[in-house]
Amino acid sequence: MNSENTFIIDGTPIPFEPDQTVLQAALKAGVFIPHLCFYPGLKPNGNCKLCTVVINGRHTSACTTLARSGIEVENNTPALHDKRRLLLQMLFVEGNHFCPGCEKSGNCQLQALAYDLEMMTPHFNHFFQNRKVDVSHPEAFLDMNRCVACGLCVQASSEIDKKNVFALSGRGIASHVVINTPSGKLGDSDFALSDKAASVCPVGAILPKRRGFAVPIGQRLYDDLPISSQTEFLTTREA
Amino acid sequence: MFELENAKTTQGLRRIAIDPVSRVEGHGKVTLLLDEQNKIHQARLHIVEFRGFEIFIKGRPYWEVPVTVQRLCGICPVSHQLAACKAMDAIIGAKQLTPTAEKLRRLMHYGQLVQSNAVHFYHLASPDLLLGFDCEPTQRNIIGVAMKYPDIAKQGILIRKYGQEVIRHTAGKRIHGTGAIPGGVNKALTAAERDELKKDLPQLIEWAQGGVELVERYFEANPAFFNSFGLFESSMMGMVREDGALDIYHGDLRVKDAKGEPIIDRFNYETYTQVLREEVKPWSYMKFPYIEKLGPEKGWYKVGPLARLQTCDFIPSPLAEAARQKMLAIGNDQPVHSTLSYNWARIIEVLHGLEVIQDLLDDPDVLGKDLTVKGERQEEGIGVIEAPRGVLIHHYKVNEDDQVTMCNLIVSTTHNNQAMNTAIRSVAMQFLDGRVISEGLLNHIECAIRAYDPCLSCATHALGKMPLQVELDDAEGQCLSLLRRDSSGRVHMSDIHDD
Ligand code: SF4
Ligand code: FES
Repeated sequence: MNSENTFIIDGTPIPFEPDQTVLQAALKAGVFIPHLCFYPGLKPNGNCKLCTVVINGRHTSACTTLARSGIEVENNTPALHDKRRLLLQMLFVEGNHFCPGCEKSGNCQLQALAYDLEMMTPHFNHFFQNRKVDVSHPEAFLDMNRCVACGLCVQASSEIDKKNVFALSGRGIASHVVINTPSGKLGDSDFALSDKAASVCPVGAILPKRRGFAVPIGQRLYDDLPISSQTEFLTTREA
Repeated sequence: MFELENAKTTQGLRRIAIDPVSRVEGHGKVTLLLDEQNKIHQARLHIVEFRGFEIFIKGRPYWEVPVTVQRLCGICPVSHQLAACKAMDAIIGAKQLTPTAEKLRRLMHYGQLVQSNAVHFYHLASPDLLLGFDCEPTQRNIIGVAMKYPDIAKQGILIRKYGQEVIRHTAGKRIHGTGAIPGGVNKALTAAERDELKKDLPQLIEWAQGGVELVERYFEANPAFFNSFGLFESSMMGMVREDGALDIYHGDLRVKDAKGEPIIDRFNYETYTQVLREEVKPWSYMKFPYIEKLGPEKGWYKVGPLARLQTCDFIPSPLAEAARQKMLAIGNDQPVHSTLSYNWARIIEVLHGLEVIQDLLDDPDVLGKDLTVKGERQEEGIGVIEAPRGVLIHHYKVNEDDQVTMCNLIVSTTHNNQAMNTAIRSVAMQFLDGRVISEGLLNHIECAIRAYDPCLSCATHALGKMPLQVELDDAEGQCLSLLRRDSSGRVHMSDIHDD
């Protein structure tokens, strides 16, 4: 291994290629760093901060930091996991996430991370926000109750589908996904189920209609292995 | 007006409230009004439940509903899932499921019948049957049974576990699975899973027969008590298939009167809104359903094991049918109505469920791979099944954007509302009237309620730990004395003096 192109995560040397981020190189090497708003093939956007690591003593997002030779990254530490759990708890109480009745259950990255990081309770009071459900599209439905504002649909629609169907509006805690049509309805956009934007949502906010619970328990994405053991899948899925 | 539903006056009467703290979806409470001589003037069972679900399901996509509504219940979620799925089958125009899908759903449902009835019979009812009503409350639970009758307790636990395994292999999980979906099922059964389920069946059937014999012996030892406990007559409603046989998954509904004569020989459950009405009473959140043409006072009925074993013409499995005949014989050509017979009917159904599961597992269709169908989209769907506790009605309307716009649920416990109220009034008159109230006597009331297996927190009582507080109040609501069972099962009595 060329030590010029390696860095260290929790004592383990990780090789990297030019232009790879710390997160990309780590996943490639089979080292899991929790993340929600990174998707291979889309530009890292640094929205969720779950991938926060400590590099040379400084907190930073692994998804937006380029790998450099010799840097030392702290990842799998109780202190960082505490912070990540806190972020997850805030996401859970901010939206309306009712896993028991959600068809994304078992395939949901938010839920998988919460299991993996052993989040036992939401800890904070729920906001119980009144969020929109958009059923206007014949093939897909939007349930904004579950949106975590990761921005992936926005990027996939503009960077890959070249349609700009989605946009993030508002700032801070008020930021939310909107549809780029005069009516604000998905049904009035040229969104199609075959769009990349239809398949990147990490939670159950953008879903095909009438499919529901087609995949039985036991065969869902995170039924057998926790997300932290699925680094290969997480690097090879392509937007 | 029902006797003891409303006291003529509350002047000078003391109020006793049996107020179990609820763990599941309902909160149940019994109140009694007594005079100075402990004569009972009023007895009511109040329940709060379910209304929230009908509201928050509105606006949700229809395919989500079967999974969401099963959260109504931690004991018989499969029933809600299946009733909702049957309604959604209608919505998506799936008139006839594939043979594999229907048989796998049946397997799931009979697994549910076995597990739920077994919990009730072995964990909740057997302590009263085997150890006696007045037995020390700290012992009157499944642990007490396990100490005195270890084999029976073990059999009960294993039969229940088997029912749960059947559910797991068909629904994906023992509780709150996702197996049934609109138009069919999502999971095929593998040959290995089938073989695993077949392995223990003969042994379990033998044990269930033993359970039936246990009740038969109990009855023979004390027929007078058995026949009279909580006795009251009522009409009955249950599901029957075309040839009149018991069917808990699909069929028409039949209503018989207290003498066993048909009131409505059969009606298609999709017409339930023309047959049934629900009355609202100011003192309970749970509605009181009745047969419309008979009116609220004559038209109420009971549902559940005892009702369906007597509304059907026969049970379509030999061992259970033989057991049913024995039970019916105690009625001397009249229907059996005593409250304790519910437990008899329940264990007969465990036996029946196991027999049906055996037949299903021998059927090659259950290994099929053709799992779903759909047809022409409809706006309205009604799904009805026999849940372990009785007829369960799910009714939905769905708009063209696939959102639920209307949801009406009539659950088994609601059908039994009037019956349970009548049962506690009967027990109160029989055992409590004019006597000083004790824990053992109050257990008679609880036992009458438990016979209907309502979805209250009864499950916790299995461990003798249901915290229960009985207050004796004067007519002004001033607490005079307090009987309290704490979570360890100990009973404390305290008098409250104000000087
Ligand atoms: S809809 Fe999904 S992909 Fe889009 S921002 Fe929300 S969570 Fe992310
Ligand atoms: S994955 Fe890095 S900020 Fe979301």
